[in-house]
Amino acid sequence: MIKKNTNNRKGKVIFSKFEPFTALKKALDIGRSESIAEIRESNLKGRGGAGFPTGVKWNLAAVAVDKEKYIICNADEGEPGTFKDRVLLDEYPELVFEGMVIAAYAVGANKGFLYLRGEYKSFLPQLEKKLKEMRTENYLGKNILNKENFDFDIEIRLGSGSYVCGEETALIESLEGYRGEARNKPPFPANVGYNGHPTVLNNVETFATVPHIIDKGSKWFKSIGTEKSSGTKLLSISGDCKKPGVYEVPFGITIKKILEMVNAIDTKAVQVGGASGHCVSKKDFGRQISYEDLNTGGSIIVFNNKRNMLDIAENFLEFFKEESCGQCTPCREGIPVLLEGVRMLRKGECTHEYLDDLLSLSETMKLASKCGLGQSSPNAFVDIIKTFKDEYVLNENNDIKEKIFNAR
Amino acid sequence: MSKFCSVGKERDENGEIIVCEESRAKLLPILQNMQQEKGYISDEDMQSVADELGIHPVEVYSVVTFYSFLSVEKKGEHIIRISNCISNIMAGSKEILKQFERILNIKVGETTSDGKFTLEETACIGMCDMAPAVMVDDKLIGNVTPRMVKKIIKEHS
Repeated sequence: MIKKNTNNRKGKVIFSKFEPFTALKKALDIGRSESIAEIRESNLKGRGGAGFPTGVKWNLAAVAVDKEKYIICNADEGEPGTFKDRVLLDEYPELVFEGMVIAAYAVGANKGFLYLRGEYKSFLPQLEKKLKEMRTENYLGKNILNKENFDFDIEIRLGSGSYVCGEETALIESLEGYRGEARNKPPFPANVGYNGHPTVLNNVETFATVPHIIDKGSKWFKSIGTEKSSGTKLLSISGDCKKPGVYEVPFGITIKKILEMVNAIDTKAVQVGGASGHCVSKKDFGRQISYEDLNTGGSIIVFNNKRNMLDIAENFLEFFKEESCGQCTPCREGIPVLLEGVRMLRKGECTHEYLDDLLSLSETMKLASKCGLGQSSPNAFVDIIKTFKDEYVLNENNDIKEKIFNAR
Repeated sequence: MSKFCSVGKERDENGEIIVCEESRAKLLPILQNMQQEKGYISDEDMQSVADELGIHPVEVYSVVTFYSFLSVEKKGEHIIRISNCISNIMAGSKEILKQFERILNIKVGETTSDGKFTLEETACIGMCDMAPAVMVDDKLIGNVTPRMVKKIIKEHS
């Protein structure tokens, strides 16, 4: 079994004190539209990284006319360097499930899925046990807490080792029994989701935040964080630091503060948002974690001065090459070309013109790829190429064109 | 085969299988069970699943080959997966991998001749705070040191 990595969990929202299922009772009291209004007022945005306003999503599903509606919890966290959902599902499962039941009540859904990544299969028995307890106590099932006509149950489905299934429409395809290939958007899942029915699909952390907002109110929630990013964010911090782990921080925290928090020394760069995120160098350590500045699904990887940034770019591109689903050309064909480019740079065989071509290809991939995987796959490559010139430039004159060309 | 398939058996008056959305949704769980019991999904099994669900076998094949935890080739009784995300590599996962290779006497991607172990590299397994980490079947093991490798293998042989 997993040895628990305890960091004495402390936080203002998710890791704060909470009496399970009080928020559900409150939601049932105040009613559907009031519950949605509370979430909308709170300015809660999707914690998976896309940052879509949760209240707006719920409202879209709530007003859609259909007898069948679905709630899906995206527990397919596959972004390199993220593990916050593992901690939530292990230590706070009732919070996640309560959030799902509140969502079901708010939009009028009868069935929910937890899409659990295959790597976390060892948590299945304890999660099933929790669901069973909830059924016995009528937090799930028919006429939940004596609310007439409110029937809802949750089924856990396993993933099978595919990163792209964390993309919402690919996840729905996978749930329906197909290859995890992203769909065109629009229509969005809130209108046309699982088997064509309106579906609310949120991240584990988003659902875990909901009960706290219903319980303590949107005003309280908005008092934490920045003006545009309310509340807190769970960060999964790993890499070159003394205290890796999951931390709950208010939005607006700077990279510098985070590094102090985890005892990181001699830091050269920080990868914010995993392989699909951005690489932040020392001069930008004053930037903040927030939707308006550095957006992240939670992954923070710290690199110290000994690390070669081209190793990192190569690792990320190898990852994307493996995980690209292959249905759209910019992503399928672009990633191997960038990977080859990194390898040429390492050998000193890349010319200035070719490097420009690679950067222009990166722009095309960002614009023309179908889903978030392809669109974000060149991010780290571009950041590293632009920021860490001295790592691949081969002579003392600081002109890349000369140096790379000379190296040929 | 039918022990894996509990859906998709409804037939209309002409004996044709009625395909409903729900039966297709059961495809992945059916394949996951097969993978767990047999260690792989054979051509014959894909054919019979397709017949049960009323879909073309190529559809089943396309799904099996898409997911990295499903395979058309027989895997070992235990699958050892080593995370190759950057956090794990920085923490020394390549040394752990080499140690497994040495002790099992196979290369990554191969299966031992007695069919006991398959050694694989995999994308991030969500254990970067306890890197280097490995996954043995469904079990996650963190903070692995080269010394622990022998013990891990022994526990599963």
